Amino acid sequence: MIEKSLFRDPKLRLEGQENAPEKPPVCECPQCRKTQELPALAQALFLCPRCGYHYKISARDRVGMTLDEGSFREMGVRIASKDPLSFPGYQEKLEQAQKLSGEREAVITGIGSILGQPCAFFTMEYQFMMGSMGAAAGEKLTRLFERALERRLPVVGYTISGGARVQEGILSLMQMAKVSGAVRRHADERLLYIAVLCDATTGGVAASFAMQADIILAETGALIGFAGPRVIEQTTRQKLPEGFQRAEFQLDKGFVGKIVKREDQRDLLGLLLRMHTGGLA
Amino acid sequence: MNAYQRVLAARNNARPDAMRYIDFMITDFVELHGDRRFADDAAIVAGLGFFGNRCVTVLGLEKGVDTPDRLRRNFGSAQPEGYRKSLWHLRQAEKFGRPVLCFIDTAGAACGVGAEERGQGQAIAENLWEMMGLMVPVLSVIIGEGGSGGALALACANRVWMLENAVYSVLSPEGAASIIYKDAGKVEEASEALKMSARDMLAFGVIEGILPEGEDFAQAFTSVKGAFEGALEGFDKMTGDEIRQERYERFRGLGGDWA
Repeated sequence: MIEKSLFRDPKLRLEGQENAPEKPPVCECPQCRKTQELPALAQALFLCPRCGYHYKISARDRVGMTLDEGSFREMGVRIASKDPLSFPGYQEKLEQAQKLSGEREAVITGIGSILGQPCAFFTMEYQFMMGSMGAAAGEKLTRLFERALERRLPVVGYTISGGARVQEGILSLMQMAKVSGAVRRHADERLLYIAVLCDATTGGVAASFAMQADIILAETGALIGFAGPRVIEQTTRQKLPEGFQRAEFQLDKGFVGKIVKREDQRDLLGLLLRMHTGGLA
Repeated sequence: MNAYQRVLAARNNARPDAMRYIDFMITDFVELHGDRRFADDAAIVAGLGFFGNRCVTVLGLEKGVDTPDRLRRNFGSAQPEGYRKSLWHLRQAEKFGRPVLCFIDTAGAACGVGAEERGQGQAIAENLWEMMGLMVPVLSVIIGEGGSGGALALACANRVWMLENAVYSVLSPEGAASIIYKDAGKVEEASEALKMSARDMLAFGVIEGILPEGEDFAQAFTSVKGAFEGALEGFDKMTGDEIRQERYERFRGLGGDWA
């Protein structure tokens, strides 16, 4: 689990935009405070032109910038969370998350291609309850790995998640085992799985499919860990050092194979997929 | 008992710890220490022994019996090296065709700078991955607390039981109170909302059965032993592929109705 403040970002979609057609919304870089108009920022893959800060981006934007145009066939679009525990306040939270993100669940799955290489693809939505995994997200991911196995496709997945969704209780925890089982089966058939760990990947997602890939990449600056920094500080009453659990730290500790800037990800994924097709260069 | 009282019952120091169950039902137990990578983590006890006439691999999340012992075992919260020790033993079980028996009692995996530096997430993820592929039967029982990923790391099993006053949860009620309710004082409400009891788990289909403890845990040992015995016989007639398939389907079905 991870605290909410980490996800407090400039609002990329401002309300009331339609009434002010003249001025596009402006975003301020949380790292260097440079302001930038939204269309220009989107054009630049949501990277700060001054300091290179990687803004958090929506799952739809991620699909658009990673997969070949028009190649994505989404799966499981009707799968959405229910409220198995009748957890107080969860229904309202779900409705808010759906409204805020425009998604039905915290993960998008489907089949597409990257630089012409076909693959099964998933990416997670931080604006949907911090990308947390409940029964619906677990089911969508499991079906994706199962479909990839049937069609003998590699899987490329972007993880962005606070972990298992507390409001679905034990059923969320069980998704870690369920998805792990599907990842394992896919791997047993010698099929490739590449994970790209983004800001933030923690809790039950870090302790399951994020860390089970053949190749583990991380997006620049991503926070990656099991326990979130606030929980560690509270538990140990220790001040955490600068950069703790960031992608660079995880590279240094040996848990991430390579850190990749957003602008380089598509090319690298295409190359890695091509390296696993069994043919000659 | 209300939900929070049940949590306290599951944590009660008077509850028998994993080693007591091992002493009761495993003969010639040989404990084997260390993960061969970094250290020996006393929060996980691992080894082999005889259960009846079968040689089995035994894994236990061990909270300890008195204060020095509990400190040494980090109160049953395992470090990454604990999970890497269990990983080694899972692979040994597979190599030698031994069933795996797991005794679970933990508030959760260790949380701290060292655990993060040594890859707590990766260590748990690898255990889940390994267990989901095993061709030998894995049987797990939650004897006290089944706390989050730290418990699941030893519970990707063909059968999971709980003692009647054990709890199983995605997050501690204390964690849920501070994260969801933003108020550490709301532990009782969080305990209620999380639905952590053995009866809740049975209703969700997350466990196969609830095992009686009896007065002062008099029945706990025999009921766990009986559950293991009955289940192991069933697996004798199954092939490795069937055992693995059955485990996959067991988890595959969980949560699908709620998606």
